[in-house]
Amino acid sequence: MNGYLYLQNGKTFEGKASDSMMEGVQGEIVFFTGMTGYQEVLTDPSYKGQIVVFTYPLIGNYGINNEDGESQEIQVSGVVMYQCAEAPSHFQSTQSLGEYLDGQGIPYLTEVDTREVTKAIRSEGTRQAALTVHSSYSFQEPGTKQIYKVQGETAQTYGKGDFRVALIDFGWKKSILEALLERNMEVSVLPFSKLGSIDDLNPDAVVLSNGPGNPKDAVTILPQLKEVLDKYPAFGICMGHQVIALAYGADTTKLPFGHRGANHPVKDVVTGKVFLSSQNHNYVVKEGSLEGTSLQKRFYNVNDGSIEGLMHESKMIMSCQFHPEAHPGPKDAEWLFDDFIQLAKSKGGKAYVS
Amino acid sequence: MYRKVLVIGSGPIIIGQAAEFDYSGTQGCLALKEEGCEVVLVNNNPATIMTDHDVADVVYCEPLTVESVTKIIELEKPDALLAGLGGQTALNLAVELEKEGVLEKYDLELLGTSVHSIQQGEDRELFRGLMNELSQPVPESEVITTVSQAKAFADEVGYPIISRPAYTLGGRGGGIVHSEDELEELISTGLKASPIHQVIVEKSIAGFKEIEYEIMRDHNGTCISVCNMENFDPVGVHTGDSIVVAPSQTLSDVDYQMLRSAAFSIVSALNVIGGCNVQLALDPESRQYYVIEVNPRVSRSSALASKATGYPIAKMATKVALGYTLDQIENPLTGHTYASFEPALDYAIVKFPRWPFDKFSEADRKLGTKMRATGEVMAIDRTLEGAFQKAVQSLDTTIPVITDPWEHLKKPTDLRYFAILDLLRNGETVENIHKQTKIDLFFLQIMKNIIAMEGRLATEPLSDSLIQQAKVYGFLDAQIANLSGNSEKEVVEKRKSLNINRQFKVVDTCAAEFEAATNYVYSTFTGRNEIEALEGKKKALILGSGPIRIGQGVEFDYSAVKAIQSLQQQGWTTIMINNNPETVSTDYETADRLYFEPIQKEIVQSIVDFEKVDAVFTQFGGQTAINLAAELEAEGIPLAGVPTEVLDALEDRDKFYAALKTLGVPHVSGTTCHTKKEAWEAAETYAFPILCRPSYVIGGQGMVIVHNQQELTDALEETDDRHFPIVLDAFMQGTEVEVDLVADGDHVFLPEVIEHLEPGGVHSGDSMALFPSTLSSSMKDKISEYSKEIVSHFDYKGIMNIQFLLSDEEVYVLEVNPRASRTVPIVSKVANVPLIDLAVRVLIEDAELDLKNMEVPVIPKKAVKYPVFSSYAMTEIDHKLGPNMKSTGEGMCVAETVEKALRKVFSHLPNAHQNADTCFIDVESSSKKLSTHLSFEEWLTIDEASLYVNDQQSEEARHRRILAVKNGVTVFSELKTFEAYLQSLACEEMEPTPLPGNKREGVQLG
Repeated sequence: MNGYLYLQNGKTFEGKASDSMMEGVQGEIVFFTGMTGYQEVLTDPSYKGQIVVFTYPLIGNYGINNEDGESQEIQVSGVVMYQCAEAPSHFQSTQSLGEYLDGQGIPYLTEVDTREVTKAIRSEGTRQAALTVHSSYSFQEPGTKQIYKVQGETAQTYGKGDFRVALIDFGWKKSILEALLERNMEVSVLPFSKLGSIDDLNPDAVVLSNGPGNPKDAVTILPQLKEVLDKYPAFGICMGHQVIALAYGADTTKLPFGHRGANHPVKDVVTGKVFLSSQNHNYVVKEGSLEGTSLQKRFYNVNDGSIEGLMHESKMIMSCQFHPEAHPGPKDAEWLFDDFIQLAKSKGGKAYVS
Repeated sequence: MYRKVLVIGSGPIIIGQAAEFDYSGTQGCLALKEEGCEVVLVNNNPATIMTDHDVADVVYCEPLTVESVTKIIELEKPDALLAGLGGQTALNLAVELEKEGVLEKYDLELLGTSVHSIQQGEDRELFRGLMNELSQPVPESEVITTVSQAKAFADEVGYPIISRPAYTLGGRGGGIVHSEDELEELISTGLKASPIHQVIVEKSIAGFKEIEYEIMRDHNGTCISVCNMENFDPVGVHTGDSIVVAPSQTLSDVDYQMLRSAAFSIVSALNVIGGCNVQLALDPESRQYYVIEVNPRVSRSSALASKATGYPIAKMATKVALGYTLDQIENPLTGHTYASFEPALDYAIVKFPRWPFDKFSEADRKLGTKMRATGEVMAIDRTLEGAFQKAVQSLDTTIPVITDPWEHLKKPTDLRYFAILDLLRNGETVENIHKQTKIDLFFLQIMKNIIAMEGRLATEPLSDSLIQQAKVYGFLDAQIANLSGNSEKEVVEKRKSLNINRQFKVVDTCAAEFEAATNYVYSTFTGRNEIEALEGKKKALILGSGPIRIGQGVEFDYSAVKAIQSLQQQGWTTIMINNNPETVSTDYETADRLYFEPIQKEIVQSIVDFEKVDAVFTQFGGQTAINLAAELEAEGIPLAGVPTEVLDALEDRDKFYAALKTLGVPHVSGTTCHTKKEAWEAAETYAFPILCRPSYVIGGQGMVIVHNQQELTDALEETDDRHFPIVLDAFMQGTEVEVDLVADGDHVFLPEVIEHLEPGGVHSGDSMALFPSTLSSSMKDKISEYSKEIVSHFDYKGIMNIQFLLSDEEVYVLEVNPRASRTVPIVSKVANVPLIDLAVRVLIEDAELDLKNMEVPVIPKKAVKYPVFSSYAMTEIDHKLGPNMKSTGEGMCVAETVEKALRKVFSHLPNAHQNADTCFIDVESSSKKLSTHLSFEEWLTIDEASLYVNDQQSEEARHRRILAVKNGVTVFSELKTFEAYLQSLACEEMEPTPLPGNKREGVQLG
């Protein structure tokens, strides 16, 4: 059956509809340029509610396995690709990508000229889009406050260790937890809306997770968050990084079409080193807005110069816009976890290095 | 910044080291010049673009030895050396120069990766030590220097074991030892092949996935992975002989990142500055992986990765070697992002090797750890089915009929891919094929999809969706016609009426994430067109020559690139079509637009239609391009140059001889025979020996001299029907010469004659040649006169090569090639005349060109061209010179006299006068006194054994020549070659002589 991808106020693309694509599904359309890692992308809560276009044309080659999911279920609302492999091949594979998507009722469109879709997003910006088998679609007001939909309900503790980390949940990826557990941390995942109970956990440090959508969705908790940050060593990742910036008075803004993929070069202002990073974000911290705050630029994107990470002038606070936990993408920034733990363990340290 | 940089090239093309180093070397030289460096190049491969006048400032065609390069250093006093772009040859030379203290003595800085790092990467034992330090797993192995050590290792880990000699290229001298009986021979060959007499024996991990990463690293420690690649053929087949896809297809992100991180840790530990290739093996059933090897330099794989991604590795490696960091260098394809990123592909790449077995019917076709392919093709599409099919269409070869497909699977051969297709066609399951071959089921499924489509085309009506899907899967209209029982014309019409048209997409390094002003294009049926036809008053499409093979090497890429440059100077917009990832012509910076595509009529036509091309140039892409001329003309496509009926009249032996007869130009007598019966009848009218030459072949393929009725019968039996008509020529003794000329229909510009050293009957590509010739002026006049007559009779326009035989003071025409030939670069460089430019200007009717009044150049230097054989890769072949070309490349040396040039040519051989055991002369000769007194068998075992002379035809002679080659001995199978060697010994000193026409011409050195 034919199906359609409608970009709001933009182009329409035709393709082959999956069985679960009936009435249609609407979401923000984004593209991912990595050539591996589709399972991680689909299950990453930061993609909550989005329609993802894979630019690499052959998706699903190594199937779906029981290990690589970043959360319990598929988070995206729809998928656009050129080819979805019917006969995957990998020793871990338990089912094909098509079966997986069908099994959770996530619609997908194949045989689409994904390069053209990508160019449309690039030139016209990220926007709402819809997947449907019908020859027209009337767009709804898009859903907001995605972070409220993806955070967990209660605090949960994982691992055992002398050092306790509270992982503030805006839609955490499993790999962040695993990166901490690998370093012998005891990790309590705390929904961001339950930030008030953080002292009960008696953490040694906090990590602020990734999450979907606009960081300003968290505006109501910012004063509370600042108190927490003033008190504990903190490391913000992606959404976590953005809310730290907001909490200390900086501002965020939306990129025309975001950064998503596994090949974004980042430069470390402190060491002068450049490394490749895994990214997935629509919003960035405005560089000018840092003026007068206690935050300094630590990392920036080599391609467009945008801010990729911050450090606090006097406190043990650091943050990055990219994903040091990888999955998908390169692990070149994994050392940030070690740096943070070292920082958090050092008495009287601060993140700022001049 | 450095002022003057010496660049070492990779020398003549041999198996394992082909045109990819012309591409990387040219990029490197240009990058150096962009940074304001003066470039001194030493490379004795005359066929390359890098040795042309306008790439380096000064070019030395000199031996790539410590002695010769030291002299150049003494003379030129460069302040830095760049050796990372000239393959294993240049890298080894740099290591030797360092060891001998030359770098220190002349205060020469080695740019890029240090000698220490090179050694750590290349020396198997040092490398293994480093891997242990980094906790990177390597297969159980041992470094050995004797056969008995190898045996002890095999007894411990069990057979099979792999033998890998240290510091060799293309797996030279290595192999798989399956059992004890094979051990002695393979290990001793390996020890001999290694310049440091060292072999690593390794437990076999055959069947693992073979994965490569191309890494760039700068002095700041920034590492990027330009591309990863997955071999279709699991571990066990040399990566140069493997079908390769990019990016990897069957690796999960966890697998991918695990191996990438491993590669980064190795490259960082080695402190590589520039490009580095890392090969890994991954267990298909677990996360167990092994590091196979690293190459701390640009390589064949980096050329492939550059073309696969659009990221110019060699250029970036050069800039990084000069001290830039990756984040300081712009990405040339986007123009506004930086080199410190990793390309994202939104298409799939298939590389397919091109083997020389069509020329060596007696060769053992099995593939293993020793590379045997001479070249490769690459294809781009958005499905793997499409990319696989395009790759096969690019090979420019006919696949032989496979009688026993399983045999090609049990021990892999070059035909394995085609044997698998055959099996699938006959209903074999992918599971059974996987069991036998360990080829990933994912790839086998792709092949099965192709076969299923074949079946549908044969049985179903040609519907809209069926044609669409067939085109997505890469089927050409001609194939669809063939399978569906329609004519090609019917299929084309139907397809066009359904509006199913070839679309064009671009390679931009970033999967459309950023806007890119790229001119690098591929075709597909999977989506919409995204490019506009190029602007320009006049547009030229230049056909390339496809993969490097024996008989059609890098010299044809030289012609194509020079033609592009010439057209651009004349204000034309240039479009290149080619499919060889190793070449300069497929560098997107060469032409105004590059179509990376099979050179097939259907595709050429779609480009011509889309771009509204004014003329297609077929004279500069070897036989591949000229063979397409008639088909293109039949479709009404405008060709530059003479009509194909003229080409036909020149190539059809009967018509050609008839024309020569009316002109009164002598030619050897010959008869065209359309059937075997005709051949037998014709043979009766000649006295043996007879030269028997098939049609439509490259490099004298299948051409033989037959001495009696039986040999004729054998030769005819071996000839494929496709290669009829066969021409039988009376075989005349004499000297062969050839000319490359440019003609405008009336006038001829003929710079000089090339004289072959070996007698007629030896293929021109395999003989040594002198340029300029030593012919008398009356002889030259005659050659010139005959050439003019041929040109004006045929009203020939463009470039042409004519071969003559000189016998008893008479000149006979042997054959005409109506295209740029193998010798064009030599004539252009040594005589310093822009042959291709002149030809192009004739073809585009440049009014300012005046061929008539062009002066014949004075050639100040003497050049000797010599063939280079990859006998180490084809040890079972008798390399006796004959009409079937066997060399894979050529070298050239230039000097004040012929003797001095010869001295350079033979400088790798010891002086037979000084050591009685150097030579074994197995024929009656006045020089017999130079021969060793040892028996042949004894002689082969001694270290001094270097030179074997035997020109006989007998079985015994054949056997001995093969044995000699296996033992690494140079074989002369023609006395003339041996005499030239003896002649060279008269010279003691070798003085470096730059090619004429360099940028400093007239400036005093020093």
